[in-house]
Amino acid sequence: MKKVMMGNHALSYGAMLSRSQVIAAYPITPQTQVVELLSEMCADGTLDARFIKVESEHSAMAACIGASVAGARTFTATSAQGLALMHEMLHWASGGRHPVVMGNINRSMAPGWSIWTDQNDSLSERDTGWMQYYCASNQEVLDTVIQAFKVSEALMIPGMVVLDAFALSHTYEVVDVPDQAAVDKYLPPFKPEIRLTPNDPRAFGGLTGAEHYMELRYKLQKDMEKAPALIEETGREFEKMFGRNLGLVDAYKCDDAEFVFVTSGTAGFTARVAVDELRRSGVKAGNLRIKVFRPFPFAKVREILKKVKKAAVVDRNCSYGAHGIFFQEVKSALYGEPGTPPVFGYIAGLGGRDITTDSFKEVAAHALAKDRADEEIVWIGVKK
Amino acid sequence: MKKDKKMTLTLPAEELMACGHLACQGCGAALAMRYMLKALGQKTVLCIPACCWAVIDGPYPYSSLDVPIYHCAFETAASTATGVKAGLEMTGDAETTVVAWAGDGGTFDIGLQALSGAAERNDDIIYVCYDNEAYMNTGIQRSSATPYGAWTTTTPVKHFKTQPKKDIVAILAAHRVPYIATASVSHPEDFFKKMKKAKDIKGTRFFHVYAPCPTGWKSRPEDTVKLARMAVQNAYFPLLEIEDGEKYTLNLKLKDKKPVNDYVRIQGRFRHLTDEQIGSIQAEVDARWERLLKLSV
Ligand SMILES: Cc1ncc(C[n+]2csc(CCOP(=O)(O)OP(=O)(O)O)c2C)c(N)n1
Ligand code: SF4
Ligand SMILES: [Mg+2]
Repeated sequence: MKKVMMGNHALSYGAMLSRSQVIAAYPITPQTQVVELLSEMCADGTLDARFIKVESEHSAMAACIGASVAGARTFTATSAQGLALMHEMLHWASGGRHPVVMGNINRSMAPGWSIWTDQNDSLSERDTGWMQYYCASNQEVLDTVIQAFKVSEALMIPGMVVLDAFALSHTYEVVDVPDQAAVDKYLPPFKPEIRLTPNDPRAFGGLTGAEHYMELRYKLQKDMEKAPALIEETGREFEKMFGRNLGLVDAYKCDDAEFVFVTSGTAGFTARVAVDELRRSGVKAGNLRIKVFRPFPFAKVREILKKVKKAAVVDRNCSYGAHGIFFQEVKSALYGEPGTPPVFGYIAGLGGRDITTDSFKEVAAHALAKDRADEEIVWIGVKK
Repeated sequence: MKKDKKMTLTLPAEELMACGHLACQGCGAALAMRYMLKALGQKTVLCIPACCWAVIDGPYPYSSLDVPIYHCAFETAASTATGVKAGLEMTGDAETTVVAWAGDGGTFDIGLQALSGAAERNDDIIYVCYDNEAYMNTGIQRSSATPYGAWTTTTPVKHFKTQPKKDIVAILAAHRVPYIATASVSHPEDFFKKMKKAKDIKGTRFFHVYAPCPTGWKSRPEDTVKLARMAVQNAYFPLLEIEDGEKYTLNLKLKDKKPVNDYVRIQGRFRHLTDEQIGSIQAEVDARWERLLKLSV
């Protein structure tokens, strides 16, 4: 069934079709519609779930963790300040191996107060042990929530589905809502091997000495390493059932490209328009939109970029004192590989400033004019 | 030869807490857990945040308890318990009692927001605060449950704590939760009875349990029960119940209420106090007792 819906509602529909059993969430702009629709769905029985209206995001994630360890499929959604407030609990969810799935609407961190998009909120949670998926359309948001549950529950690692504030969260698009029976087939009920129950009294997460802790984290990393293949496999399975592939990256006209933008989120779709325009003016351009940021698809990125002459990473984020964050990852993906192209790093669109096709043309003009990527960061559209 | 006297065991003999736990000698918090589990039985799940009890039950992969434990973040005892309850119910277990078991720091201070949230929503959990009147796990720092006059490592003798203890029971009463009880490790039968009663009530049930800590109070391990009893008998820690935030019941009427002096004098943490300062503790205890007498008519 096709429906016109905002990105936030695509998250709600994803959580509903996945048959989330416990939802605990706290409102924050621009996430509110996610939880509003889910409360309605719980109230009118469309969704058989318990909605816990907690008093903070910290409690939201704590309650999700509690519900998850008790054996329930669990969902929440937040943004920016809310995500930052959850930080301690994000480590708890992954360290405890609780496959909570969460929507995060990318919003800039205050101060000054901003409700508009950039990626510093979710990317600040890079090392918490969560999988992170960056979406570029409402369809992808809905589909990814369902896939994220499947992957997270197989690996017992939580997953974060990320979408741009307003550019997706509040933008209406046509979304194909999959059939519930088909989703049930794709995503069977959550049945964890071990759970918190008096029938099998165990202590979870107690004092862990140096002789055990490292092995627990080693296993987390080893399971993360299984995720890229699993994401591709479940993506193909999804395509067979629903006609849409969900992969690690979305490579647009990269096969014969000499110059490739590396992007994420909705800017990745804007970049396609710029690619087409560049191609009309004779530049063999392409766009590599990175969909999965954690685990980072190193092999895939290497495979695509080693064939091109130049790559320009456009980051909607900044790791202050270092670089754009995708820029760092892309460089490390290519490091040590013979014959890799120069990689140029750009920062654009912080605090919700638009990233337009002109922004990409400015990036292209800069990168194409240079032989070496010798400037650390180039800021696009900034008033200096 | 004298005839053997027979005692009736008023608490179940079944133990859900094994020896080999890591509490200090004379730990009141260890006793409190043991008594609670006798009342609640095996169909219980515990959510324990950072506190002495995060260590007492034993390091990974051991546990001294025969009920499942989720070790949660310091400020999340209530919210984790709420989530566990919802998760159990949604997976077909509506029976199990879910307990948030936290220290005074995790309750009066850092976990107060989550507790208030759960209490206002009237989530179906039992929240137990075992009160040893300081952050013991991290080495005896003051909490807002630390009483006036006490030494801790952050309220040294020259700057002992001058603020009175936060009235947590009044805060919970203001939330109008269905059941609040205080209990003391010196009165296990009273504690047991209240816990049994609480088990059958739906909604947020709050216990404030007095749990002397020889390590932090600089008292003798063998005096733990004695101190707890003295605190009950001198009204320093009255045994009471509050139903629906309104109906106060004092469980011990205390016809001859003892002075606090003896209680204070056998604890190293109060050693520096003058008679006058102890007098002000007495005045505070008396005033609260009067207030409670009025509320419980
Ligand atoms: C967010 C956070 N801050 C600080 C700590 C350190 N910490 C662990 S236990 C504790 C004190 C616990 O005191 P209380 O709740 O009274 O329990 P007790 O140790 O006295 O049994 C502190 C400060 C922590 N674990 N988490
Ligand atoms: S420090 Fe106090 S509360 Fe903690 S285990 Fe020792 S006696 Fe018990
Ligand atoms: Mg304490």
